[in-house]
Amino acid sequence: MSSSLLSPNPAVNPDRSATRRRKNKIQREESLGNISQQQNPPIQWKSDAQQQIYSSKLLQALRQVREGNFSPAQKSAPRRVREAADKVLAATAKGRSRWSRAMLTNRLKIKFMKKHNITKRQQSVITAVTRGNSRSTKKSKVRIFRLKTKSLPAVQRKTRVLSRLVPGCRQQPLPVVLEEATDYIAALEMQVRAMTALAELLSVSGTSSGFGSGSSSSGDGHSHPSSSHPPTS
Amino acid sequence: MSSRRSRSNQSGVSRISEDQIADLVSKLQQLIPEIRNSRPSDKVPASKVLQETCNYIRNLHREIDDLSDRLSELLESSDSAQAAIIRTLLM
Repeated sequence: MSSSLLSPNPAVNPDRSATRRRKNKIQREESLGNISQQQNPPIQWKSDAQQQIYSSKLLQALRQVREGNFSPAQKSAPRRVREAADKVLAATAKGRSRWSRAMLTNRLKIKFMKKHNITKRQQSVITAVTRGNSRSTKKSKVRIFRLKTKSLPAVQRKTRVLSRLVPGCRQQPLPVVLEEATDYIAALEMQVRAMTALAELLSVSGTSSGFGSGSSSSGDGHSHPSSSHPPTS
Repeated sequence: MSSRRSRSNQSGVSRISEDQIADLVSKLQQLIPEIRNSRPSDKVPASKVLQETCNYIRNLHREIDDLSDRLSELLESSDSAQAAIIRTLLM
């Protein structure tokens, strides 16, 4: 029982046990990562099924954005749309990739911190605790300098830039960043396709519903008598 | 043949072998349309691939921002548009 109380606060514990626990956690995460990669294949972002899943979730989220309407929102409407789209993207990834997990937890962290008016120092402590590597940030940077393959300054600089672009990859070694980047690019492309399609639908139906009443629904509507609206007469 | 993927990481030797990195770089290279279309499939330097990746991700971000601008404008317009979408999506 007491161990469950101690484990969420690694920063409080003495250093040696903390480093040992961190090493264990890293080893366990690595093995888990290998196993999960064998069991769960990476998501196919190009498939139509994924796009449909994303589109329906996006539609629900956008509807909520509309209805939770212009509440004390400090952000403009496009910003909220973008955030809803990102959130839904991360949810569609089902948390299998690092960037999706980082996106989801970042939203929660920011909300939590804004609510409780936490100062900057406390913010960094919270981030360190959640990441579990408060001391290894300096170490990992030094490690990057020492590695032979990454000693070219150009590659190293660009890796740094890339890791800043992909959420959740700021202090990860190069292969992790590359892998996350491939997944992230595929997901972003799907997001663009889905949002374009949605925008087309909205603009088309917007203009056509102005001209004819109900003429925007195509002829397919007649072949499905058991649609959502019950027969009126 | 000893694999370089040892877990003991005392002296800063890379955990992952260079082959794996080269593999990932080539996979990334295939994804980026600029490099895929206009270059031979071999011998693109890693720094170029990384540069193009960063540019491509930035472009995608910009496109998504533009799209969300457009979507937010369209959302604020009439309600009947929404009903029409729901109908077309359901059928």
